[in-house]
Amino acid sequence: MLDVKKELNGDTLTVTLTGRLDTVTAPQLEEELKDSISGVKSLIFDIKALEYVSSAGLRVFLSNQKLMNKQGHMKLVGPTEDVKEIFNVTGFMDILTIED
Amino acid sequence: MKELIIEAKDENLDEVLAFVNEQLEECGCDMSTQIQVDIAVEEVFVNISHYAYNPEVGPATIRAEVHDDPLAVSLTFLDNGVPYDPLAKEDPDITLSADEREIGGLGIFMVKKSMDDVAYEYKNGQNILTIKKNL
Repeated sequence: MLDVKKELNGDTLTVTLTGRLDTVTAPQLEEELKDSISGVKSLIFDIKALEYVSSAGLRVFLSNQKLMNKQGHMKLVGPTEDVKEIFNVTGFMDILTIED
Repeated sequence: MKELIIEAKDENLDEVLAFVNEQLEECGCDMSTQIQVDIAVEEVFVNISHYAYNPEVGPATIRAEVHDDPLAVSLTFLDNGVPYDPLAKEDPDITLSADEREIGGLGIFMVKKSMDDVAYEYKNGQNILTIKKNL
């Protein structure tokens, strides 16, 4: 289960993720972002309550990072230790902007 | 040894994870380890679901076995689909920048990284992938 909350403030979009980002829920996030990312200069993922990210979830972060490299910037805020570990082993710690 | 036989399709992922987590909880596995095992299980099961019988749907068998001394769990995935050794795939280059990184190819790499032992064989018309995690 994944809960996605979006808040647009000017050209800053904050997306709060709660639950699990996996094969089943990643398409849901992809769909939500597709409709709201146009014109956004700052994309912030609040992932404090994100418990789990599989490769399907990493793919969504990576494709949005590529997109945001062209139109602004993106960051992820507040990963749990477990999620941080996933970003570490996959090298995502270096290619995404991740803040505690 | 416990066994689950299930249609290999993405919608069944939650059921597969529930089966695996039940075994892990029985041996007092901590949450971080459980997340690592879940990720590996997801990658392996989704691989079968996407590629083994494509475009048809077929069964996957998942066997869970707990070992004592040292405490470990092994999970074996069997399918009758096309022969495919996921371990033969080259690891992605994780030092590339976001723009250079390809979308995908990460799944089996995450399995190798999070498990202590991963083995593949093709025997009697079956793909057999075993992953083992020390608890």
